[in-house]
Amino acid sequence: MSLTQPVSAPAAVAMKLSVEHLGVVFGRDGKSTPVLDDINLEVSEGEFICLLGPSGCGKSTLLNIMAGFLSPTSGRVRVDGEPVRAPDPRRVFVFQERGVFPWLTVEGNIGFGLFKLPRAEREERIAHYIRMVGLEGFEKTYPHELSGGMKQRLEVARALAVNPDMLLLDEPFGALDSITRLIMRGELLRIWEAERKTIIFVTHDIDEAVQLADRVVVMSARPATIQRIVPIDIPHPRDISSPRYLELRDGIFQQIGLAHKL
Amino acid sequence: MHDDSKAKVSLSVHLRPLAFIAVLLLLWDIGIRRQPSHLLPTPWGVVGGLADLVRHGLLLKYVVASLFRVTWGFFLAVILAIPLGLMVGWHRRAEMAFNPILQILRPISPLAWIPIAILWFGVGDLSAIFLIFVGCFFPLMLTAIDAVQSVPAVYVHAGRNFGLGSTGLLVRVLYPAVVPRLIVGLRITLGIAWLVVVAAEMIAVSSGLGFLIVDARNAGNRYDLVVAGMVIIGVIGLFLDIGMRQIEKMKSFRWGYSED
Repeated sequence: MSLTQPVSAPAAVAMKLSVEHLGVVFGRDGKSTPVLDDINLEVSEGEFICLLGPSGCGKSTLLNIMAGFLSPTSGRVRVDGEPVRAPDPRRVFVFQERGVFPWLTVEGNIGFGLFKLPRAEREERIAHYIRMVGLEGFEKTYPHELSGGMKQRLEVARALAVNPDMLLLDEPFGALDSITRLIMRGELLRIWEAERKTIIFVTHDIDEAVQLADRVVVMSARPATIQRIVPIDIPHPRDISSPRYLELRDGIFQQIGLAHKL
Repeated sequence: MHDDSKAKVSLSVHLRPLAFIAVLLLLWDIGIRRQPSHLLPTPWGVVGGLADLVRHGLLLKYVVASLFRVTWGFFLAVILAIPLGLMVGWHRRAEMAFNPILQILRPISPLAWIPIAILWFGVGDLSAIFLIFVGCFFPLMLTAIDAVQSVPAVYVHAGRNFGLGSTGLLVRVLYPAVVPRLIVGLRITLGIAWLVVVAAEMIAVSSGLGFLIVDARNAGNRYDLVVAGMVIIGVIGLFLDIGMRQIEKMKSFRWGYSED
């Protein structure tokens, strides 16, 4: 029995992104290392997807291909039916850490992608997203004076400001302490519910995936394949001690091959 | 009361280096007096030498001559080496082509170029400017190559993600990202320029602080003037460095040093 089930998006919702028979082989020092193997995935508009897998399994590589930073060895990624060839402001990548520009203030960072807008509109947008991520009063502050969580919020705000269709987040909260991480998850869900962007969120944290996603894409170790796609049928806000939550989470733990006892 | 004592502490901290210099001067003076010899002039002799230079109108003239050469040599090196270095650093293939020749030319002391400089430009300002240019060009180019290569890929990716073309990427991402490193390189290189000008003036010209030192010795063993020249060189070098450090402290450049 194959573990990879073809999961198609629900009807009547537009397909946003499709990954078709995607494969990546890295060539290094004359050796070729397969990283991704025959990845197939369909994501519908406004969906929140978590790519979950062990560190170094190639999930970040997959996200980089979706963003257009890397080209696949075989297969393709389509967004709105068009093959992805280069980075595009319609899908913005939020980096693991330190993606904000240290030479720009909070305002400067959020306004970075808005250079085509007239001044008044730009300032209005900047103010809007500063409020949305709760950085009022820090408009003129440089990133090195901000905490880790504030920097990460700033980066999310910078991405949202250009009004993309899709956010690609690469372990965005990985460097934060556990309390800040929980708060940031809540913030991200609040923003997602307000703006309804399609979100692809890479993480190696099972709880994080089950708390956030509509569907969790469980990936195997390298060369990564999709092991299983788990729909999370719990409405937000999610009770993380509910039986259904624990059942889904434990199912994924077992899928990945981790016992409960340490 | 508390603030007052704090101000006193900070004043004494600032005075400490000056006090140390005063002690050294005193020891120097005592040493020469106890053992009269021609090893060194006394500090008062040096002050007299400085006064002589001022009286003859030479001090300002020589300082201006030296600074003039440093400014031109350094400026020409900056406007050529930095754009070239940034370009070479950005394009991997260009770096592979340039690197061997850079590594060969770099360890040659600028002083080794003196005969060539005189052959090409004769004895005069141009030779000295050329030598300073050579002394600054290679360190600046290497700084620029290194600066652009150490720009984190995330910044370049983010810039491209927000729709920047190559010009936009250069102006809005690469330039601000390299500036902190470039400023450190500029400060170190200006120090090199100041070292080279003295050596160049000893041979290739007949004015400036380097010339003063050689000339004072040749024309009558005026070691008070030799040491006076050295003191002026040191003090001006100090001010050049302080000036460059002020640029480093500017708010928009400071991010590069405060990163943890």
